[in-house]
Amino acid sequence: MTERDHIIRESHETDVLSAFEGDVPVGGRGPAAIRKFGGKYLPALVSFLVVILLWEGLTRLFGIETFVLPKPSEIISSFIETWDVVWGAGFKTLFEAVGGFIIGVSAALLTSLAAARWVGFREGMLPIAISANATPIIALAPIFNNWFSITSPLSKMAVVAVVVYFPVMINTTRGLLEVDPSELELMRSVAATPTETMRRVRIPHALPFLFASLKVASALSLIAAIVAEYFGGPQDVLGQYIINRANLFQFPDAWAAILVASILGVTFYVLILGAERLFMPWHVSLRAGE
Amino acid sequence: MTMVVDARGVGKVFGSGVDAVQALADIDLVMETGDFVSLIGPSGCGKSTLLRLVADLLEPTSGELLVNAKTPSQARLDRDYGMVFQSATLLDWRTVRKNVELPLEIMDFAAEERSRRAEEMLDLVQLDSFADHYPWQLSGGMQQRVAIARALAFQPSLLLMDEPFGALDEMTRELMQQEVLRLWGETGISVVFVTHSIPEAVFLSRRVLVMTPRPGRISSEIAIDLPPERDLSTRESPRYFELITEVREALRRGES
Repeated sequence: MTERDHIIRESHETDVLSAFEGDVPVGGRGPAAIRKFGGKYLPALVSFLVVILLWEGLTRLFGIETFVLPKPSEIISSFIETWDVVWGAGFKTLFEAVGGFIIGVSAALLTSLAAARWVGFREGMLPIAISANATPIIALAPIFNNWFSITSPLSKMAVVAVVVYFPVMINTTRGLLEVDPSELELMRSVAATPTETMRRVRIPHALPFLFASLKVASALSLIAAIVAEYFGGPQDVLGQYIINRANLFQFPDAWAAILVASILGVTFYVLILGAERLFMPWHVSLRAGE
Repeated sequence: MTMVVDARGVGKVFGSGVDAVQALADIDLVMETGDFVSLIGPSGCGKSTLLRLVADLLEPTSGELLVNAKTPSQARLDRDYGMVFQSATLLDWRTVRKNVELPLEIMDFAAEERSRRAEEMLDLVQLDSFADHYPWQLSGGMQQRVAIARALAFQPSLLLMDEPFGALDEMTRELMQQEVLRLWGETGISVVFVTHSIPEAVFLSRRVLVMTPRPGRISSEIAIDLPPERDLSTRESPRYFELITEVREALRRGES
């Protein structure tokens, strides 16, 4: 439970008296939500523009060389000129990232469910998982290139899968296990089977944990895919494209590829936010007008 | 007449060896159908433990305990009792209606029957207009009323309440007590009510069992001979104050 959640709960509890008078529920939505929406995104948009303008202005003012830091205008023009190539590379990398993400997340969910269901499995598995999580797994990339053939996208997916596996698995397992004991007593009192308790209490309870870890994993998956590409393989992917253009001192091209990676990363993240809203409309972080 | 609760010489020890703690000893408790019994005592006197033994959330280590003439485990599997906890324990992701339907879903009631009973229960606790709200939109008292509706939805013969109003303010608490008495009168259910509030125990119960700690025992039983119809005037009657004093003195005797 987040700190915010606690604060909201407390404010509800102190509101008992006013609710007692009219028996009216606390909270609710209003037209203020629309204003809040603008108020929420406007500052971010403004500061984004300010950063870009400062970047452009300062690189011009101090005459910073393009090979050190290209101006945003140079990056944008390269981005438009090389549109087909960078986006082609971008989608190949995205394919590796999403493929690895799906494999890693599926494996993580299966492990979490097993860990929540069987104590023996949990006690045997979790310590290993936690120590594996502390290992910089990206170091495995050359080995996976060797295992799965350096030219196959599978070798990159394997790296991504292993990188996203641990945060998702550890967070989801926590969500499945850290259930309010009185909710478990309630389920026992109505003679619910372990499967019913899993389905009706543990899994819904784990959803916020799962989505928090999926947001982290979405960013990690692109990072892992690009870093895995640095270790070699086909040339028409973002990692290799960035290396090649940088080696040729075509830095605006390299930056255009980074821009593509960033757009893909943000899109992936936003899709997961959308899925979160779809799957848990009840969650505190999504309550409008609070 | 079968006894709803029949406990003879029941004891409960937590842990074993040198760490063993005797939580309850020599508990005798016989409850007839329709009775309303409160367990009162200081923290650590084992009143919640006793309730959990009846609910088969814990197992006694000695003595004999029957619920509806069955083992507590069998009574739980037969869904003989409904339980209300200190916190409302509503599932955040379910609306009020879906929370009330939860036990019915587990018991495989058909969808129409579930919604019919949920409506009926929400009517009973006067929350019918809040059926589609989420728990966080309700005040503490309303949440606890939903928990009561949920406990009654499958028409158990016994209602177990574990300090259900402990987190509520005094005024809401008094309203809720009135509500519980009304439900008790309308449904004829038997109630075991755990509390640490003396006025609450006296106002609600037909019998108050005073418990003392280390180990938890029932030290005295006080019959509450207030008229069956209880309301605000009951709270102002001299007999009510006499009974409160009686319970308080019993609690104090237990401490010394």
